[in-house]
Amino acid sequence: MRYQKMFETKKANNALAYIPFVLLGDPTFDHSFQIIEKLIESGADALELGFAFSDPVADGPVIQEASLRPLDNGFSLKDGFILIQKVRMQYPDIPIGILTYANLVFAQGISHYYAMAKEAGVDSVLVADCPVQEASLFAEQAAAHNIDTVFIAPPDATDETLAQVAKHSQGYTYVLSRKGITGTEVSANQAKTDFLEKLRTFNSAPLVQGFGISTAEHVYQAAEAGVDGVITGSALVKIINQYYNEPHIMLDAIAKYAKTIATAAHQARNLIREGLINVDSGNDQRTTVGHGATS
Amino acid sequence: MTTAVESQYEFQGAYIGQYGGQFVPQILMPALQQLEEAFESSLTDHEFQSELTGLLNDYAGRPTPLTECSSFAKQNGVRVFLKREDLLHGGAHKTNQVLAQALLAKRMGKNRIIAETGAGQHGVATALACALLGLEATIYMGSKDIDRQAPNVFRMKLMGANVIAVDNGSGSLKDAINEALRDWAASYDSTHYLLGTAAGPHPFPKMVKTYQKIIGEEAKQQMLEQIGQLPDAVVACVGGGSNAIGIFADFIKEKNVQLIGVEPAGKGLDSKEHGATLIKGTEGIIHGARTQTLQTKEGQIVESHSVSAGLDYPAVGPEHVHLMKTGRAQYVGISDDEALEAFQELSRTEGIIPALESSHALAYVKKLAEEATEPMNILLNLSGRGDKDLTMVMDELAQRGSN
Repeated sequence: MRYQKMFETKKANNALAYIPFVLLGDPTFDHSFQIIEKLIESGADALELGFAFSDPVADGPVIQEASLRPLDNGFSLKDGFILIQKVRMQYPDIPIGILTYANLVFAQGISHYYAMAKEAGVDSVLVADCPVQEASLFAEQAAAHNIDTVFIAPPDATDETLAQVAKHSQGYTYVLSRKGITGTEVSANQAKTDFLEKLRTFNSAPLVQGFGISTAEHVYQAAEAGVDGVITGSALVKIINQYYNEPHIMLDAIAKYAKTIATAAHQARNLIREGLINVDSGNDQRTTVGHGATS
Repeated sequence: MTTAVESQYEFQGAYIGQYGGQFVPQILMPALQQLEEAFESSLTDHEFQSELTGLLNDYAGRPTPLTECSSFAKQNGVRVFLKREDLLHGGAHKTNQVLAQALLAKRMGKNRIIAETGAGQHGVATALACALLGLEATIYMGSKDIDRQAPNVFRMKLMGANVIAVDNGSGSLKDAINEALRDWAASYDSTHYLLGTAAGPHPFPKMVKTYQKIIGEEAKQQMLEQIGQLPDAVVACVGGGSNAIGIFADFIKEKNVQLIGVEPAGKGLDSKEHGATLIKGTEGIIHGARTQTLQTKEGQIVESHSVSAGLDYPAVGPEHVHLMKTGRAQYVGISDDEALEAFQELSRTEGIIPALESSHALAYVKKLAEEATEPMNILLNLSGRGDKDLTMVMDELAQRGSN
């Protein structure tokens, strides 16, 4: 329900939702909590929180590097859920999604995992290496614990896959603007509108674009393509990679970056409608608002 | 007609029993679907099959011989027959399925090949197939493995492959697979991922088995020709499990033939340094498949250990899990020391220097022979030759002070 309310509010304000991704426990439990606070205070509309995994095949070098910190610190799954619970108590209305890998769910016992997630106040779980074709492994327990299952729609998926993704993805649908893994090395192309239209035809949950979104310009392109929200992950994690030993600098940089992207997300549609920005389609990296993360 | 008992050992869609599947990022599904279609349609394509057979026979040197050991493990009426995949071009069984997948890549119109390698054998096999068929090869190899398998790295480069060192994670085979999967997620329009073992997401386990089962088919025929009967036991080493499934496949329905997979017990099954995924691992989801893996209680994959880089892998092909759980095959462990001993013994008694991987199977056969209470014919897959291991073995023996 939290997702639905949030997206309705955004729609009423003609705004895109901004959903930042960070790893739980990175760099430490306390700093991770402070990072999440900063993100919310800077305009995040929902959270995508990752559990570090030893073999993150869907992730590029930035998130791989970051994953080593919680793993080396012995930050456990239980720690992660305690952290989420702490966020939930402070922010009762913000939608919280988990991004994880299949083995981390499986190892707990699937039912137990979703029970813990529910208990912590989680709204959705996206399993990065569980395509919709394997949805059945987790679907029953997710439903039993009233947790949304989020799936990913890649740009070149068949109509059949898009229909399946639209059918099974709850809360929102994670749409990719390009192939590959997470990271900012390759920027997003403007999402193909026909594939987004197809998802809407199949009655998809709100469309949120991720992978390769790091600048305000990317956000405007996403807005132009017609998505309902954007996710930034690697751009944020890159800041943590760079400044985790200097927490104050890190937190300031995160707040500044999140504000830039949140503002772009919230204003993009109005700016485009009023002709105040021109959106380049394609791969152009020029921005009309500051770069934020890139230093 | 297939009976129920037999069909339980066949793939049903992406699964064999409850193992296997396609646990990959959604973005990779089109690549897997395209591969499955190309693979399935090639099975009935006469032209494809005859081209493959031609390459296997005239280029790679099939059929490989079956050699009865003159004195190795010859006691208590035990006779040991070696299926000589060490004599296959490239020096190991890997070449069988690499040629097939390289042809499939061409069939799909892909001109770039990526592959992971542990010991370097799969990398070498991939490099040679790509050189032969005019494909561009990029090999991901853990940096730890690059250090311990220098001659194979040079072989790959000599044949025109681009070798990329993988430093992430443990810098070993599993990390090389992760890196290849990441490459593939962005490149599959033009690139085929030539996975080297019977593990990973469907269709790889089924496909690699299909291309390796020629080992067992030939060996079965050769056993019948040489001794007029099937072996009592078939023994092979298991890392990812491709040479084992290759020699097992044609014997699975022969209920009286014992199937034994030998896992690397490293410094001991009760130590933390081994690669015995089936014996000591637990069920999990890794590299696209529901299988067994070495992991923490929380599901983080841990490093494996083996003196042999080719067995140093913390997961295993899903079909082996199914064969173990159904009781059709048994899996045992052989330590680094035992494998090194067998490595030397086969060299001394038969004039054959085996791969350290295959030396695990040899060491277990020695044990079987010592304990045998009645005559027994054992078929062993000598999956590769040991030239690549010479530096490693010299170092290990020097450390143990026996040189």
